[in-house]
Amino acid sequence: MPIAQPDLEAILREGFPDAEIRIEDLAGDGDHYKARIVSKAFAGLPRVRQHQLVYAALKGRMGGELHALALETAAPT
Amino acid sequence: MTDTATANPVHDFIANTVAEHPVVLFMKGVPEQPQCGFSAQVVQILDHLGADFVGVNVLQSDPLREGIKSYSDWPTIPQLYVKGEFVGGCDIVREMFQSGELKTFLAEQGLLEA
Repeated sequence: MPIAQPDLEAILREGFPDAEIRIEDLAGDGDHYKARIVSKAFAGLPRVRQHQLVYAALKGRMGGELHALALETAAPT
Repeated sequence: MTDTATANPVHDFIANTVAEHPVVLFMKGVPEQPQCGFSAQVVQILDHLGADFVGVNVLQSDPLREGIKSYSDWPTIPQLYVKGEFVGGCDIVREMFQSGELKTFLAEQGLLEA
């Protein structure tokens, strides 16, 4: 079950209220996204921890409903 | 041995595997024939850098496929481990490769031919 892009953005927004979020639908099929998230929540964390926070915000959808989400995370500079 | 660290035999298998081999890639398919584009990318990167690695095909076993996700608290495959530590999935490995960080890291660990 794919996720519509606005829904994905809303879920991420809920997890990272302060973030700058940019989502691209890579294949146009609602199932392969790329998200760039810039949030203070990532400051000082290694990349694995940053991505784990995003996966936690997705509440188990990653690897299930959501097949592919390429992630790029950063703290604001 | 009475002091079993975990109650999960799959986690024990993973812990032993990453302890035994310096570079381990848990992937879909085998290095010679990856069955997923993300796994294929990481194989390509490791081959390109000339890193010796052991590929473990998670498609051979459902408990392994699920167990690797709970082991690292990471929901996707592939997963790269170096000297027992989880380094990342496809995005992180690619980012580290593009920035040159992965090569430096593997070289520092003594895992690349000079």
